[in-house]
Amino acid sequence: MPIDIFYILPEIFLVLMAAILLLAAAVLGNNFCRSTTRLSALTLLVAVVLMVPCWSQKISAFHGLFTSNDFIIFVKILIAVTGSVVTLMYLEHAKSDLAAFSEFPVLLMFSIVGMLVMVSANNFLTLYLGMELQSLSLYVLAASNRDSVKSSEAGLKYFVLGALASGVMLYGISLVYGFTGTTDFSTLAKIYSNLADSEQTVALPLGVLIGMVMIIIAVCFKISAVPFHMWTPDVYEGAPTIVTAFFAAVPKLAAIGIFIRIGMDAFGGLVDQWKQIVIFVSAASMILGSIAAVRQTNLKRLLAYSSIGHAGYMLIGLAAATQEGIQAILIYAVIYAIMSVGIFGCLIFMRRNFIPVENISDLAGIARSNPVFAFLISVFMLSMAGIPPLAGFFGKFYIFMAAIEQHLYPLAIIGVVTSVIGSYYYLNIMRVMYFEQSVTPLDKPCGLIMKSVLILSAAFNILFFICPGPLVTVAKTAAAALF
Amino acid sequence: MMLEFPILSILIIMPAIGAALVFLARNHNVAMKYIALAATLATFVLSILLLICFDKTTPEFQFVENYPWIPDYNINYHLGIDGISVFFIILTTLLMPICILTGWEAIKKQVPLYLASFLLMESLLIGVFAALDFVLFYVFFEAVLIPMYLIIGIWGGENRVYAAFKFFLYTLIGSVLLLLALIYIYLHTGTTDIPALIQEVPKLAFDVQKWLWLAFFASFAVKVPMWPFHTWLPDAHVQAPTAGSVILAGVLLKIGGYGFLRFSLPMLPDASNYFTPLVFGLSIIAVLYTSLVALMQEDMKKLIAYSSVAHMAFVTIGIFAFRTAAIEGAIFQMISHGIISSALFLCVGVVYDRMHTKEIAKYGGLVSKMPVYAALFMIFTLAAVGLPGTSGFVGEILVLLGTYGVSKPTTILSAIGMILGAAYMLWLYKRVIFGALVNPALSGISDLNLREKSFLIPLAGLAIFLGIYPAAIMDDIHVSVHNLLQSGHFINVEMHEDAPEIITPEENEPDAD
Repeated sequence: MPIDIFYILPEIFLVLMAAILLLAAAVLGNNFCRSTTRLSALTLLVAVVLMVPCWSQKISAFHGLFTSNDFIIFVKILIAVTGSVVTLMYLEHAKSDLAAFSEFPVLLMFSIVGMLVMVSANNFLTLYLGMELQSLSLYVLAASNRDSVKSSEAGLKYFVLGALASGVMLYGISLVYGFTGTTDFSTLAKIYSNLADSEQTVALPLGVLIGMVMIIIAVCFKISAVPFHMWTPDVYEGAPTIVTAFFAAVPKLAAIGIFIRIGMDAFGGLVDQWKQIVIFVSAASMILGSIAAVRQTNLKRLLAYSSIGHAGYMLIGLAAATQEGIQAILIYAVIYAIMSVGIFGCLIFMRRNFIPVENISDLAGIARSNPVFAFLISVFMLSMAGIPPLAGFFGKFYIFMAAIEQHLYPLAIIGVVTSVIGSYYYLNIMRVMYFEQSVTPLDKPCGLIMKSVLILSAAFNILFFICPGPLVTVAKTAAAALF
Repeated sequence: MMLEFPILSILIIMPAIGAALVFLARNHNVAMKYIALAATLATFVLSILLLICFDKTTPEFQFVENYPWIPDYNINYHLGIDGISVFFIILTTLLMPICILTGWEAIKKQVPLYLASFLLMESLLIGVFAALDFVLFYVFFEAVLIPMYLIIGIWGGENRVYAAFKFFLYTLIGSVLLLLALIYIYLHTGTTDIPALIQEVPKLAFDVQKWLWLAFFASFAVKVPMWPFHTWLPDAHVQAPTAGSVILAGVLLKIGGYGFLRFSLPMLPDASNYFTPLVFGLSIIAVLYTSLVALMQEDMKKLIAYSSVAHMAFVTIGIFAFRTAAIEGAIFQMISHGIISSALFLCVGVVYDRMHTKEIAKYGGLVSKMPVYAALFMIFTLAAVGLPGTSGFVGEILVLLGTYGVSKPTTILSAIGMILGAAYMLWLYKRVIFGALVNPALSGISDLNLREKSFLIPLAGLAIFLGIYPAAIMDDIHVSVHNLLQSGHFINVEMHEDAPEIITPEENEPDAD
């Protein structure tokens, strides 16, 4: 048992630090906000360092409740690093926002702990625990701007729908448990491991199937895949921009990570059964994500639809259900996280006379008043559209490669067509910035940390093509851990 | 003769460095223009070295550079050129300084971005023609859209936003299908190396080849552009600034033809054969239909844009005739069209800068005010018509000669297109240059200045030189084209033994006189 504790050291460290910072915040009040934020970001980075020793180890701890392998470590590091960067961005947000409060970074940390637990789960109960911890923190974060009706609405909406999804998931878990007698991933996988190759050596009860579908529905809700995406645009729009940035970047990574775990580990024998669901969800997300975004005028809503589309692309890799597919998802996820951090970082900057603005029309003509800012947004937009040589192209490239390898031609064709439709609205933002006449210039960006975050993520997007090899190799190792 | 240094990489990087320098000097209005000009000129000079060191006796790729790029997927940074690609690179480097020069005074807003866009585009275009890895090619191929989108959208005319979007999305939808084909090919051959693919892809099943060919076609036909995928071109040309039109007509359209030659023909020879009637059909429609449409245009740029579609149709006919003469003619026609149509757009730009209108009816009688301009415009008009002694003639006659043995109706109908071509070009010339000086606004118009002469006169000289001495180009492309047809397993080549097999440049010269 003592050795088991070593494996969850990052989580324990995070929880402890979060508790300490929470107390400090309660005692010292909101003046302490910036220090809390810095410390939280640092804590997350330390947690990353603590995770590194687990790389290239296969671990099963606490009687199989908790597991770790290269894939899990990869996703966890990605979550923690992205989370840490978003936490740092809160510094910029807190600088000019009266509503800044010290508990904010602490909540972020709790939600990240939840995600880490969730991704490491080897049992549906652990999974549920982690998922609830992250969701509860996220509900509060979405409603964190107490003075805004929209923010409260977003929080409430997310809470009600999220609670429903949790309920559906619990029901699914209980069905699976009722029909198989276990909630353990490895045991479940063993039961149905030979379903695929021989003719029904084990009967597949309908209850398990329904249970599995319900669990998948709940996960689809978390990654905001169509048709469980309804909350996304409203929450993205209503929540404070920094929270939206977090929503877009981090929980999505955790959700896709656990989706892969559930699909490949827990229901690894039922690939043929869940594959069709994933194919449908993926196609629907790509189509809706691209078409619905076309007419949006609010940038945050637009990015909500774009994130739905990105979830669809990532799910193509899962639909392929091969090592190449998972590898493609991981590559895509890294690139997506960096793009999201970048574009939302730009969004946080979007102020005119110290008042945040978030309509596309507010960007009119900024190519002349804020050329660097316009350039940064263009880089992220083109990367999201998947135009080479930017990083986003390579993400899509590997995804399509995995799809075609598994003969998922319709999915690949839908993918490329929707990416053309998608590029319309990404280009539209460039049109507004470059082709239109300037209205009033936006405030000049400031803040060294923020600047470096933006420049680094833009540089990654631009220069990724020079040396895409290392990421591909690491993702390959990580994906191999699942097979 | 091989060079000791990686000349192709340097050619690709040099304009990009120029773009970075322009960015650094963005507050110095004059200095950055000179930096851009110097970068493009230096690239041009260096590319001449490419021509000097080019070994015309071998069909192998030359100046090869090959480094691992994405080792896990066996994708390499592989560059190299052969007779087919070398002149496209020269064409690019030749036209770029001209693009910088023509915007010297006309472009007033966001000048650093303008210069940087052109410089980056030059890098990407050289990359397109030098890439010997399919993925690398695709990256360059699609990245070209970004600067072009900005060029049309920022410095374009009234309806520039529509044109920029149409250009971008049309081209993108074609190229994503190419991407899927590329991935399919990679998964079935395990490589994206173009020389290796030329060996491997023809072994795929014929049904698969047909689908792949259609995916390639979707991409390249939009670029060329072939009828009925050409509708983006008139919009893009009319709205783009002069330099944008120059690079669009001069180089971007050639990527389509180059794509057919580099990918469709050698990799999918059977499917290319199978679809030849389709290509011929569409090309004939393009020649006749767009020529008629060009006749009725009231906008000078639109007229030249439609003429581009017609001229590029000759190229596609020539490529799919599978005859050495026809393919060499097609390549020659692309080079020549790159020079002539660019020059024509430059001529339009000259009067547009002065009068700010492209409407033909607003002009007339320019010969009395602008004699030098009239003379140069005449040379380009006649070259576009295909008058013997100009470069336009050589390409077209070779295509017609090569195609005659393959399909007589195609040859005859495209010859009719040539007559129509003469009609609309000469009529344009008549309406703009001759006649009475009706429009009073024209009375103060000035003739070419030194800057304009500096690029129009060399282009005119080139159009005539290549018409008189086509061997300057033919010698270098001959071996590569011959090899393309030999290695491409063209089953039908032997079936048409009655056709003139090879037209050597020497036999061809008397025609030119």
